[in-house]
Amino acid sequence: MDVSFLFGQFLGGLTTAMFLFLIASGLSLVFGVMRVLNFAHGSFYMIGAYLAWQAVQWLEPALHSFWLAAFVAALGVAVLGGLIERLLLRHIYGREELYQLLLTYALVLILGDAAKLVWGTQQLSVSRPPLLAGGFEVLGATLPTYNLFIMLAGVAIAVAGWFVLTRSPAGRMVRAAALDREMLGALGANVGALYTGMFVVSSFLAGLSGALVTPIESIVPGMDVEIIVEAFIVVVIGGLGSFWGTFWGSIIYGQVLSFGILILPGFSLFSVFALMAVILIVRPWGLFGRPIR
Amino acid sequence: MMKKSATALVHRIPWVLVVFVAALTIPWMGTRYDTFLATQIVISALFAMSLNLLLGTTGLVSFGHVAYFGIGSYVCGILMKTYGVPFSIALPAAAAGAALGALIFGFFCVRLTKIYFAMLTLAFSQIVWAICYKWNDVTGGDQGIPDVPYPNLDWMSHIPVLSDLRIAEQFYVLTLIVVMLSLAVIKRIISSPFGLMLTTIRENPNRAASIGLNVRGYELAAFVIAGGFAGIAGALFGIFNRGVFTDFVYWPKSAEVMIMTILGGIDHFWGPVVGAATLVLLNQEITSYTEYWPFVLGVILLILLFAFPGGIVGGLTTGFAWLRRKAGGPADA
Repeated sequence: MDVSFLFGQFLGGLTTAMFLFLIASGLSLVFGVMRVLNFAHGSFYMIGAYLAWQAVQWLEPALHSFWLAAFVAALGVAVLGGLIERLLLRHIYGREELYQLLLTYALVLILGDAAKLVWGTQQLSVSRPPLLAGGFEVLGATLPTYNLFIMLAGVAIAVAGWFVLTRSPAGRMVRAAALDREMLGALGANVGALYTGMFVVSSFLAGLSGALVTPIESIVPGMDVEIIVEAFIVVVIGGLGSFWGTFWGSIIYGQVLSFGILILPGFSLFSVFALMAVILIVRPWGLFGRPIR
Repeated sequence: MMKKSATALVHRIPWVLVVFVAALTIPWMGTRYDTFLATQIVISALFAMSLNLLLGTTGLVSFGHVAYFGIGSYVCGILMKTYGVPFSIALPAAAAGAALGALIFGFFCVRLTKIYFAMLTLAFSQIVWAICYKWNDVTGGDQGIPDVPYPNLDWMSHIPVLSDLRIAEQFYVLTLIVVMLSLAVIKRIISSPFGLMLTTIRENPNRAASIGLNVRGYELAAFVIAGGFAGIAGALFGIFNRGVFTDFVYWPKSAEVMIMTILGGIDHFWGPVVGAATLVLLNQEITSYTEYWPFVLGVILLILLFAFPGGIVGGLTTGFAWLRRKAGGPADA
């Protein structure tokens, strides 16, 4: 086991991590503010992937632009998310978590089948944008350029998210809503619009990450329920509702997964779920979160 | 006066026995396919009923109940297929294995509340899934355990009426006996002082604690009992399904049984049974028209959550109460 191999493992874990961060950040934001754990977040991710494929097909004759397709897909999912928040989710804030979980699960069922209805069940794939097609060597390990791009995108989203949350008026509102929704409303803020906005941003991120995954993974039915548990693990490790927690949670998840394979081959799946359970037992609010009243 | 004695009479009828006798006639009255559906309903009903011990009776939202169903089906499947152990030992072993799993996991789960409780139960069920998926030597990995044998039902051939039945129908009779005994036990548990304490905890855990109740202890006991019965359901299902596979333990199945329970109604003893029957029959009916059953199920779930949060039984009870008020005037209400 030489250094370049371990470094390759590390880079692989980092790519997984940044991918999951793109997905889980939206999930965590919504939970932090609305206290709703959104099972349908994985479905938004899947719809994003399908929409990206569709957009590539439509754009294909005129111009080959993966980036435009990804943006269109994310935008489409954001609109969908906004509609769902306005029409359905709005009515269940503050109800028992049983009903919240089941409502978002109903969306998983509906969106999953809707995707099958529209795009069928065969595997679809999108080719890598030519600009990022190659790869290069770092310390003897090969890193595909696209993976590097994902890592940078993850860091960019993290920095942008941090900046918006801590340095902008909108971010101040979001943090206030997370602490005390009623008080914020009483101070004259439009909490309803804030929630819709949050949900739109969260859906946009889910759609975007779904679109960005298409060049390296094929699009298949079932990717929604698979990714959502991974995203749950990440947000639980870092702390439900904590933005930086989600970032570090993703990094820990990625590394445990890629090195878990070396230590316990075949049981790396087990190790991440065990990690999630241990964190919940020891610190239910996660490594970086704060206990909720 | 009349009404009062009528209600008392209704309560005195041993409903579990009535349902048992009615369901027992299916192999003779219906087709082979009816028996197949009935077996599925009966097993699902026990699974949903065991979840409702947590959901309805104790107020615990477990999103990982499938773990104990899965443990039960794997324990029973492995014992019967790999080691040739008879059903009469494999079934109790499955229940015990599931209950033991529930004891270990539940010990940690009951320390958490609400969404964290749900998440931890989900995490544990995924741990069980990961083990079943990867431990090839014992669980068969993603191939599962195909061809779990039927139990030895030779004793039934000595009973005149049962001896003419096919093995699948005899297994239905066996399943029905096991499930109805389980339901009778669950009913006793719910109406016992212990069950009433669970309801107290559901209504107000803080108050329950302040009158000196060991809330965690009671919750754990409920968790273990529910796990054990889920294990029995899993064991039966593995045999019915002629094999045990990893999707028995995958998390969407936890959601499925939860939908069953909610559909019937969590506030009534028979709710989960009604939910299981409705869902199995509906699935049957709708999949003959379209392959998009999950879509339909999602829509049903949405309607349920927004229009009938009490489920079918809850809705019927409210409807009857309303009718009675209409008919008998306000004095009767």
